[in-house]
Amino acid sequence: MTALSTPIADWIVVLPVVLALLGAALLLMPMRSRLPLGGLAILVTAAICANDVLLFMRVFADGPLAMTMGKWLPPFGISFSADVMGAAFALAGAFVTLVVLFYLAVGEPRGDREQGLYPLILLLLAGISGAFLTGDLFNLYVWFEVMLIASFGLLAGGGRAIQLDATVKYGFLNFLATTLFLMALGLLYGLLGTLNMADIALSAPKAAPAAMAGIGALFLLAFGTKAAAFPVNTWLPASYHAPPAALSALLAGLLTKVGVYALLRTLVALLPGARETLEPAIAVIAIATMLLAPLGAIAETNLRRAIGFMVIGGIGIALSGLALPSQAGLAGATLYVFHAILTMTALYLVAGLAEKLTGETDSRRMGGLYAASAPVSILFLVAVLAASGVPPFLGFWPKLLLLQAGAGNAGLVGIALVVALLVNALLTLIAGTRLWAHIFWRQKPDRAVPPAVSAGLASVPAAILVAAIVLAGLWPDLPVAAANAAASGLIDPAQYIAAVGLGGAP
Amino acid sequence: MEIAFAALVGVFLAVAVFLLLSRTLIRMLLGLAVLGNAVNLLIFTAGRLTRAVPPIVPEGATVPSAPFANPLPQALILTAIVIGFAMFAFLLVLAWRACQALETDDTGAMRLAEPEGGPHPPLSY
Repeated sequence: MTALSTPIADWIVVLPVVLALLGAALLLMPMRSRLPLGGLAILVTAAICANDVLLFMRVFADGPLAMTMGKWLPPFGISFSADVMGAAFALAGAFVTLVVLFYLAVGEPRGDREQGLYPLILLLLAGISGAFLTGDLFNLYVWFEVMLIASFGLLAGGGRAIQLDATVKYGFLNFLATTLFLMALGLLYGLLGTLNMADIALSAPKAAPAAMAGIGALFLLAFGTKAAAFPVNTWLPASYHAPPAALSALLAGLLTKVGVYALLRTLVALLPGARETLEPAIAVIAIATMLLAPLGAIAETNLRRAIGFMVIGGIGIALSGLALPSQAGLAGATLYVFHAILTMTALYLVAGLAEKLTGETDSRRMGGLYAASAPVSILFLVAVLAASGVPPFLGFWPKLLLLQAGAGNAGLVGIALVVALLVNALLTLIAGTRLWAHIFWRQKPDRAVPPAVSAGLASVPAAILVAAIVLAGLWPDLPVAAANAAASGLIDPAQYIAAVGLGGAP
Repeated sequence: MEIAFAALVGVFLAVAVFLLLSRTLIRMLLGLAVLGNAVNLLIFTAGRLTRAVPPIVPEGATVPSAPFANPLPQALILTAIVIGFAMFAFLLVLAWRACQALETDDTGAMRLAEPEGGPHPPLSY
């Protein structure tokens, strides 16, 4: 037991989770009343966002911050620990949740909303904040399950047949993935006798490398499924287009990114030996994901399913950083995930606007939307260009870092990944601009001229996200510096370990 | 003892994989339940098996005396059981609703979200 209690200022590590859970519980209570639940949810999320900004600034300035529960000393108590990567992702996650809540408030007609919507959104936010900020692997598993049950509710809520079909596929495969994660945890505990991340980072090098590689492979399979990497990605195009657009935007922005975060954390920071053994496999997975996913996007005609394939392609890009664990490679992967949280949410929000304005979900039956609503078409084009990594936008910088890392790698892996990254950018660009051409530029198939419609306030949330992408792309100093700090923290976790209160003399 | 448990985990895993490869929702659900139990047993075994020595701190001492059963895996398993049960309950209701709405429990025939023989992509640009 420790006599030292955590200073009040350090509580910002757990506050995002506490606020989100309390908010979810509070919003459950007045469910049948006429209170403006959406407004309350926005207030809670704004508070979480502000807290995450403080946390990020603190961690970026002073290094990792940790807190251990229940007056137990670190390896025994459950630690919460934020480094630059976790804090930045938590901030991005809270920000897109806020934007989506705003979209729900202004863009969706009231009345037919399911009662449990807002508590579930806050529960999802609690899950992702917990996953990004926890310093304990078993606790990470618990947050994964919190996220999973919330996303089940969001996907199935409303209970249309297509949503039930989507949730069956999403549910079974994701629950299988978390069970595999639990299996890896059990084996890791058996070998190391600890589940505290900082403690694992200390004791992993002493364990048998072959056993560690096996556990690393299980982590790769489990988190790869959560992240929708190539051979285990099938749940994503089967499910993301089923719920209302605002909710698919939320899920696309948050869920897969947590999988990538967990991969970066476990394989780079905790089990670097296992990552080295698995490197060829990771590179092959990254390349296959990068090349096949945009082809799926080109072949798909359903707008939101096509965007789903673009989300998968982005996972391949993030995984390429996992295969190139240099400073530039990891900074690129971190920055890419941060960018993808914003961009993929923006893409789905704009897709929702396009669906609402045309009343169609299939891109072949849309058309001429540029004449009807020019602002929406510009938002979509910018989001597509950002997703494929065209220079003025945020998506360009992580790709540049990754290409640098690939060029710096002398082996075959580097060359293959550079080629795959470039081909992926080209294919994503083709897929995205084809969608844009069919929905906005080309005439409608029946040559009817659509009446000029205005998305009105509903386009504001998407515009906020797109503006963030453009501004961060034009002034990339802060994001790139933060990504570099995150990468150094992953490569040498000594500061992280010290912040948790372990390490000292090895 | 460990070997017997490890073999049991293996049998559970094999049964779970066999059931999960089925196309019927209920069989897949049973597969997930068996898989959950396989993993729980695995955590239990990985935490070392110590028979009949409860981890109770004697009066006056601050730590339990040397050979004692590891309480942590049991706490982990308890959490995993609770979570697994909640997930199983949700998926069971979901499978029931999906069977009603889609009028099939064959995952191969559930093609509403992913229509079979989808349309060809447009050839224009």
